[in-house]
Amino acid sequence: MFTRRTLFGAVAALALIGPGSGAFAQDKMLVPLISKGFQHQFWQAVKAGADKAGAELGVTVTFEGPDNETQVDKQMDMLAAALANKPVAIGFAALDSQAAIPLLRQAQEAKIPVIAFDSGVDSDIPVALASTDNVAAAALAADKMAELIGDAGKVAVVAHDQTSRTGVDRRDGFVNRMKEAHSGIEVVAIEYGGGDHLKSTEITKALLAAHPDLKGIFGTNEGSAIGVVNGVRELGSKGITIVGYDSGKAQTDAIREGLMAGAITQNPVGIGYETVKAAVAAAKGEAVSANIDTGFYWYDKSNIDAPEIAAVLYE
Amino acid sequence: MSERGKVMSIKETRRGGAQQKLWAFASLIVLVAGFSLASPNFFQVSNIMAILQATSVNGVLAVGVTLIIITGGIDLSIGTLMTFCAVMTGVVLTWAGMPLLLGVLTSIATGALCGLISGTFVAKMKIPPFIATLGMMLMLKGLSLIVTGTKPIYFNDTPGFSEIAQGSLIGRIVPAFPVPNGVLILFIVSAAVAWILGRTVLGRYTFALGSNEEAVRLSGVNTDAWKMAIYALAGGICGIAGLLIASRLNSAQPALGLGYELEAIAAVVIGGTSLAGGRGTILGTLIGALIMSVLTNGLRVMSVAPEWQTVVTGAIIVAAVYADQLRRGRAG
Repeated sequence: MFTRRTLFGAVAALALIGPGSGAFAQDKMLVPLISKGFQHQFWQAVKAGADKAGAELGVTVTFEGPDNETQVDKQMDMLAAALANKPVAIGFAALDSQAAIPLLRQAQEAKIPVIAFDSGVDSDIPVALASTDNVAAAALAADKMAELIGDAGKVAVVAHDQTSRTGVDRRDGFVNRMKEAHSGIEVVAIEYGGGDHLKSTEITKALLAAHPDLKGIFGTNEGSAIGVVNGVRELGSKGITIVGYDSGKAQTDAIREGLMAGAITQNPVGIGYETVKAAVAAAKGEAVSANIDTGFYWYDKSNIDAPEIAAVLYE
Repeated sequence: MSERGKVMSIKETRRGGAQQKLWAFASLIVLVAGFSLASPNFFQVSNIMAILQATSVNGVLAVGVTLIIITGGIDLSIGTLMTFCAVMTGVVLTWAGMPLLLGVLTSIATGALCGLISGTFVAKMKIPPFIATLGMMLMLKGLSLIVTGTKPIYFNDTPGFSEIAQGSLIGRIVPAFPVPNGVLILFIVSAAVAWILGRTVLGRYTFALGSNEEAVRLSGVNTDAWKMAIYALAGGICGIAGLLIASRLNSAQPALGLGYELEAIAAVVIGGTSLAGGRGTILGTLIGALIMSVLTNGLRVMSVAPEWQTVVTGAIIVAAVYADQLRRGRAG
């Protein structure tokens, strides 16, 4: 019976040598990406982009992330296992901006370049950060809003927070673009709802009460944008142009219904693609720009089902 | 390692199942050998250290819950209790600026107190352990989020805190073999609990409660008090796990913890401890925890897709327990 048990182990191990050994049999460069997750549509899109770059550049890309975004220690174990494999470079989307620093130092000592993607870490070890240029993306939102309301009138911003990088960049990107390029538009209020649907809904209702002549509201992330939609819906206000950010079913539904004019979507496919591209370049000792803009799109009712947009939207 | 040798000898004298543990150990060796053959990067000092580091938290949790499982109970709250202990350590060290030792004591005391509460639910209020600790699991998860305001607490102001799990006393003596302190702590905790199980009254009652609680009660033993003591001890051990994970991440992550209880219970079961109670060993649990992290790490090093890693881990759990049943001649 001992043999049965060992057989289980041996069979399990051997069964895996087959598919796994491919990565070792060929002398391809190995680029593991340690992500914040792998099951969500957003991360699957990042993976698709990474695989695409891997195929084009002839490197083996692996993609892994913990089951949910709380499992910081699991992500550390993944990073440690990835380092053990002596990769030429590593892509890393940190769940916690500090926890991984000891392991990143290990990578640095082993001369394995690290490309941060999606979110950075509090360290100068990563040679590059591949993420959305939130300032430019929010500026595009401002341009679209201006176009939709005829380049004149009052607008407001419902932001997700005033401390995180994304919160600050999206707010400033939008507000500054209005100041610079759309002098007819006045940003009358910036409120913070923590990305919480309900809080953002209440804020929106208060904004509409305070500014009856408001023409547009920009919600800076999924939760804020949905809150704005709900607030407008609950008050039954007409003629408010809502611009959102990211996707998610509630937001795409609002766009299809016409309640929301349109939204900015990040490009997760581009994040994966650019991360692998930068990793390979860094491994070859080529110069890599420290901040890689992975791109973003404007989408509305007219192009929501277009293949290049549908590919980057998630439910 | 001398501690491990000791654990084994206690176990042998106690349960007379040396052969059984040898088999579990053999499975571990087969896995290690298989992965070593499959990838040249598996059997490297740095990767072995990574595997041991990954075992430390789950191992300590598993050792704690082994006690409860031997009594015929179960504790689903160990994962979120670990987190709650880490959070309370953060409150004491980072927010209140207390010295390191006080933080360590807080974590263990918080764990023991919460364990005592679970034990009271089970022993005094007669709530089935599954339900009592499920309730505890949720309460503790919520409390961690409330105390921290859902943000992690960092230990940057407490020098030496990250050394608890990440430093290496052994590495200072033998630089070629930098076993992380977290692993050392796991072995010390295991040896201590094995000693308690094998050599003390508490250990004897732990097995007795799992075998025939009614008989123990009728022989005049205060079973409720002993049961509560066992839950409190297991809780204190979760406090140690809380210290280890907080030190490893240099932060108390309040949302973490759900799911860790199942991994620990899986390690216990792979190690041959019966969920029906009355039977189990710490050495088995230790091997079970090692099998789980070797498997996880090995599959990763072999670049197996994460979806398949999950499938294989599940299959190994079932296979391990089936093999155990076969050995006992229960399944045909």
